[in-house]
Amino acid sequence: MSAADLTPAAAGAEALTVQPPAPTTWQRLRTNPIAFASLIVLGFVAAVALLAPLIAPYTFNEQDLASKLQGPSAAHRLGTDELGRDTLSRMIYGAQISLLVAVCVEAFVVTIGLTVGLIAGFRGGWVDTALMRVTDVMLAFPDVLLAILLLGTLGTADIVKQNPMFSIALVILALGVTGWPPLARLVRGQVLTLRKREFVEAARALGATNGRIIWKHILPNLLSPVLVAVTVDTAGVILAEATLSFLGIGVQRPFPSWGRMINDALDYYRSEPRLLILPSVFLSVTVLTLNFLGDGLRDVLDPRSRSR
Amino acid sequence: MLRFIALRLALAIPTLLAISFLVFFASYLSPADPVDILLGQRAAPEAKARTRHEWGLDRPPLVRYADYVGGIVTRGDFGRSYMTREPITEIVKRGFPNTALLAALALTLSLVIGIPIGILSAVYANRAPDRLAMSVALAGVAIPSFVLGPVLILWIGQPRGPMPVIGFSLQDHRTAWQFFVLPAVVLAARSCALIARLTRSAMLDVLGQDYIRTARAKGLSGGVVMFKHALKNAFPPILTVAGTTFGYLLSGSFVVETFFTIPGIGYQSIRSILDRDYPVVQAMALLLATIFVLMNLTVDLLYGLLDPRARVAGGGPLLLGGARRGAATAAAGAAAPEEAQT
Repeated sequence: MSAADLTPAAAGAEALTVQPPAPTTWQRLRTNPIAFASLIVLGFVAAVALLAPLIAPYTFNEQDLASKLQGPSAAHRLGTDELGRDTLSRMIYGAQISLLVAVCVEAFVVTIGLTVGLIAGFRGGWVDTALMRVTDVMLAFPDVLLAILLLGTLGTADIVKQNPMFSIALVILALGVTGWPPLARLVRGQVLTLRKREFVEAARALGATNGRIIWKHILPNLLSPVLVAVTVDTAGVILAEATLSFLGIGVQRPFPSWGRMINDALDYYRSEPRLLILPSVFLSVTVLTLNFLGDGLRDVLDPRSRSR
Repeated sequence: MLRFIALRLALAIPTLLAISFLVFFASYLSPADPVDILLGQRAAPEAKARTRHEWGLDRPPLVRYADYVGGIVTRGDFGRSYMTREPITEIVKRGFPNTALLAALALTLSLVIGIPIGILSAVYANRAPDRLAMSVALAGVAIPSFVLGPVLILWIGQPRGPMPVIGFSLQDHRTAWQFFVLPAVVLAARSCALIARLTRSAMLDVLGQDYIRTARAKGLSGGVVMFKHALKNAFPPILTVAGTTFGYLLSGSFVVETFFTIPGIGYQSIRSILDRDYPVVQAMALLLATIFVLMNLTVDLLYGLLDPRARVAGGGPLLLGGARRGAATAAAGAAAPEEAQT
């Protein structure tokens, strides 16, 4: 207490801060070492993906057939693959593909899942019944299997053969279309309980429109559960993309998906286990840290579930 | 109970019809002309027209669909493969036993290992054994089978190792099972982890109930409380996830069969997808969907048997975690909000 007590306003402010403010989500997340470490790892992967053109020593498709299947050297830090492409660069661009697919799929999933869940939960009645029947039918079928069949029908089109970019778009479409039902169910359940709460009734009594109730009172309360669900689902999306690409029906050559790289490496894994292990480790670590982060976020955002 | 069974059965049939409809008309979305696949693009137009007529491809879509479904229901006829011209029923008969054996082995493994681990974790909740088990389980969810497979092969599958790991053959029926051991382990890893996590959370739920305290208070031994009171009541949700896990095992078999070159349904489907052999893809999709719907139905019925409450509410448990991609934690039901009954 020195210069501060000269003005009454400052003194008052200090008196108010005697009670420490409730820790923010961010502060609480920092006290969870596993979740925080996961966040750092994921931040690193995301940075690598975003900065790929700047940090990758080669492009992902630069072939040097004279120096194929070479071990690590000064020119190729992690060696080369069966076509003489730089493994490090392909790993880096692989992260970019994973991130691109994950972000686009989650945008799709959140848009559809949130809309369907909100409408079903808020409108109720036959709209709810109809939307939930559709959701249930979708839920009754394994999503990766559905994605495989979707890609099996659409993915062999000539348009994909001519431009491999379309294969990425198709993977996003397949995983997005099959991914929204769990989120829609989650959102609907939340909305059903939220709309009976006192603050929503109060807002309605004050004459708030439906749009305002959804926007100002329901959506902010949906943020936490949706964030947790999206984090965990992202792990699933990255794994699913790698699975599809591993099977040869996901991201097509020459794009370096981690799953595709693992498949390509299987022909050489006895002599060059490096080609198999590198993408495997990156993929597993990314998926694992996303799961850890999802667990940590849930503990932070939903204290009731902590001990479970 | 009879009413409940009838209702469930009645719900399964429209689901199957909807799936068959989607699967059939998905082929119209495909830009490739079946005749081009049958004869090659450079065939003479007359030959193409003749083939189109012979295969019935020139009839209206709805007629073809009705014929297709009719053929399946009345004769078990799924049509013929574009590639080998062989009846698809034969292809299914060849591949299905392999996939079924693989999935059954994997399911058994994941139940036999996953449930005890989950129980132990619940007993030692939040202590070292629990934390260790749950970390391993999370890793089991995160590591994809196409990574686990090669790593295991590098580790135990040395050329003169204890068992053959790759290069499936059914030449000798006495040793054929050996080729399934490693694939089943790889396939089971994820579902085992899911089941362990779910068993733990279901047990913890039950262990917090009053009647457990009562049982303990009246002096029953820990073992009796655990198995007779707790496990019995934790069982329905475990059963549900075990059932839905089967769906995951089926999609997982695509990867594992492809990797270990086991000629099952999954391997055949991927081959057919890459060959654009749509009738086979359709048949495989329908078959897998049917198995999955029947599995859900069985679980529902068993659930109704075990938990009478499920019979009246009309709604099953809907803990459809096991087959979803983001299921690591969602399966534990922790994310599920208290969904209002409608």
